[in-house]
Amino acid sequence: MNITVDEDKCCGAGQCVLITPEVFDQRDEDGIVVLLDAAPGEEHHDAVRESAQVCPAAAITVDEDA
Amino acid sequence: MSATPRVVVVGASAAGLATVEALRRKGHDGPVTVVGAEPYPPYDRPPLSKQVLAGSWPPERTRLRTAEVLEGLGAEWVLGDPATGLDPLSRTVATASGRAVGGDAVVVATGARPRTLPGQEPLTGVHVLRTLDEAAALRADLLDRGGNGRGRLVVVGEGVLGAEAAATACGLGVDTALVGPQRVPMEAQLGPLVGGLLAELHRGEGVRLRLGAAVSGLADDGGGRVRGVLLDTGEELPADTVLVAVGARPETDWLEGSGLEVSDGLVCDAHCRAAEGVYAVGDVSRWYHEGLGRSVRLENRTNAVEQAGAVAAAVLGDERPYVPVPYLWTDQFGAKIQIHGLPSASAEAEVVEGSPEDGRFVVRFRRGSRTEGVLGWNMPKQARQWRREVAEAFAAPSPVGGSPVAG
Ligand SMILES: Cc1cc2nc3c(=O)[nH]c(=O)nc-3n(C[C@H](O)[C@H](O)[C@H](O)COP(=O)(O)OP(=O)(O)OC[C@H]3O[C@@H](n4cnc5c(N)ncnc54)[C@H](O)[C@@H]3O)c2cc1C
Ligand code: SF4
Repeated sequence: MNITVDEDKCCGAGQCVLITPEVFDQRDEDGIVVLLDAAPGEEHHDAVRESAQVCPAAAITVDEDA
Repeated sequence: MSATPRVVVVGASAAGLATVEALRRKGHDGPVTVVGAEPYPPYDRPPLSKQVLAGSWPPERTRLRTAEVLEGLGAEWVLGDPATGLDPLSRTVATASGRAVGGDAVVVATGARPRTLPGQEPLTGVHVLRTLDEAAALRADLLDRGGNGRGRLVVVGEGVLGAEAAATACGLGVDTALVGPQRVPMEAQLGPLVGGLLAELHRGEGVRLRLGAAVSGLADDGGGRVRGVLLDTGEELPADTVLVAVGARPETDWLEGSGLEVSDGLVCDAHCRAAEGVYAVGDVSRWYHEGLGRSVRLENRTNAVEQAGAVAAAVLGDERPYVPVPYLWTDQFGAKIQIHGLPSASAEAEVVEGSPEDGRFVVRFRRGSRTEGVLGWNMPKQARQWRREVAEAFAAPSPVGGSPVAG
């Protein structure tokens, strides 16, 4: 799995951080998403998929094949 | 209900899409049909009053999922064919083109439509903002009128959409006025402290605030185009273009005759269920929030997805009360504002972190010892940290007996 985030779309909602704190964080100054781990382990995959789907700005893209 | 219920989703936008995704995520692999009124695959509305109106994004960028990702969901999409009726007993949806789509479960996700002013319909130059087409029409009108140096926009409605659209238009260099009955923008939702700061922000950036006066109508230039906005003071504000942003009405007209209870939204129980096998999600849904002890209807983007998760679970037989902490954001000029919870105008509002002078702060809204909301102004991460207090106030009462419920 390979994750990319579009900082330009991110609205700083922090939904991703609530769901997968191991993979996502937010910058202190403007709340924009910070990707901690672009290729997280298997155990986080479900949570990452959920983060991508609930992100209200559609800012997280998950490439399953990578 | 069968183990893999056939599901019909009505409404192909944020909430409808999120319902399909949540069903699949939870292992449902049965047939799903999505019926949508608009011809477009699901797209996102928040950018319409921000990046799309500003012109910094091409409209295609609002598409919520690529064609491949949509394809991968394995649902049938019936687009450009609005539902015209629902029989809750047979759970059959009738559409304008004459289709009858039946299922074991029907999920109503038809959102809301803008309210309008009396006399608005026949006039050109008067806009509402809900769809991609409407955003394109408004932007074209603003650019067109602006070109001859006399483009004046009046935004009617000082709620979140009106205030945000006014900020975006003003940022485009359009001469913009914001009118409405409240004294400061968003006062009814956020009270005088934050409303006052918004007023200052808008004024400082050049929006003309004409607040504290109700709008009584629109003036015609004699040729079928709008000429101005009439206030109940008798005044007429000149306008070449008008945006009417006076709130939205849940899209429930098509449910007339279904026997389902409609009262500012499709009325649902704590599990977002309107009747056996019929659910409602997103802007159209009025459900009983057990944490608040009353029914609510939310119009925000995050609720569309969170509630979809709850509805998908309920469709699959996993029923838990839906008790979210509401979340809304808005961008106005340089201010990125986040609101967790449901602040109200009469709550006690206090700056608890940062300071308005620095343009970065968090406001807590309290009623007695209960925190009903927090608002971050250019402090999203910090606001999310304060959210914890709000979460306590919105939690469902723990079940009698006291043992924790398995999560
Ligand atoms: C301009 C704008 C800016 C916004 N900005 C923000 C923001 O910054 N932050 C935020 O949190 N929220 C924002 N919102 C609110 C957010 O977009 C909505 O809460 C969200 O779109 C709700 O999703 P929904 O799917 O419930 O409803 P909708 O998005 O309204 O979708 C309903 C869909 O159902 C379709 N439909 C209606 N009737 C029928 C029928 N009879 N048959 C079939 N289909 C039908 C409609 O055509 C529509 O496509 C904004 C909304 C607008 C309009
Ligand atoms: S959920 Fe989406 S919008 Fe929110 S912080 Fe994460 S990436 Fe950004």
